[in-house]
Amino acid sequence: MGSRMQNRLKNNLGLLGWLSGGRYGAERYAYALHRLSGLGILAYFLMHIFVTGSRVRGPESWESWMAFFSTPLFKIGELLVFLAFAYHAVNGIRLILVEFGYMVGKPGLPSYPYSYSTLRQRPLFVVVMVLAAVLMIIGGADFYHMMK
Amino acid sequence: MRESKLWFWHILTAVIILVLLGLHMGIMHLSAILNVLGIGPDDPTKSAEVFHRSQQLFFMITYILLLGAALFHGLYGLRSMLFELSLSKTLEKFIGGLCAVAGFALFVYGSYVAVAVFQLKGV
Repeated sequence: MGSRMQNRLKNNLGLLGWLSGGRYGAERYAYALHRLSGLGILAYFLMHIFVTGSRVRGPESWESWMAFFSTPLFKIGELLVFLAFAYHAVNGIRLILVEFGYMVGKPGLPSYPYSYSTLRQRPLFVVVMVLAAVLMIIGGADFYHMMK
Repeated sequence: MRESKLWFWHILTAVIILVLLGLHMGIMHLSAILNVLGIGPDDPTKSAEVFHRSQQLFFMITYILLLGAALFHGLYGLRSMLFELSLSKTLEKFIGGLCAVAGFALFVYGSYVAVAVFQLKGV
């Protein structure tokens, strides 16, 4: 293996890095889930472009697609997309806030007991997870009501 | 385009998606709850409702805006994940090009649909 490739691999855990939070804690799992939910939403979205494209052929074409997607399997899939969206959106707000330096505290001299940025933004993380859970419950209730 | 500019657009499109997809999800997936509150249609996926929305200028514009923002955000996110897998420079260039071409083609197709349905008569 060339030294260039070795340098590239040095700090790269690849997909395995997604599965193990290690010393990075809960935020690492949030990161993995953010990516998984993003990939799920992207897969759905690409399919959605073609399904909604059927509108060009008129209402009959649209209705035949809706009849095809009316089975419980697709309804559960739709619910999963909503749950992925709720998580990805709310966690995304947290990532944008942290990206711009909000809610991570100000830098200071290291003094015992040590504080670090992940710990300082933990309250934001908790609020975001609660908010995502609330959105998921509301979305779940809507689907339950629709399926009855 | 420099990576920092692409990252800026990734964040900007996230904000656009948050607003527009939030609206879309509210209309499409919270309809039962909104209906209890007396807001919105019974079933937003009924063809009459779908075509009624599609033929309003506001929805046509927001669909195209959301399409562009979501395609950029999603494909740039996918590209970033793939780039972390220690790929060769040639493969990185190929993936970047493929994402750009696919994104542009899907944007053209989706925009054509939005405009064509907006202009459909007698639906």
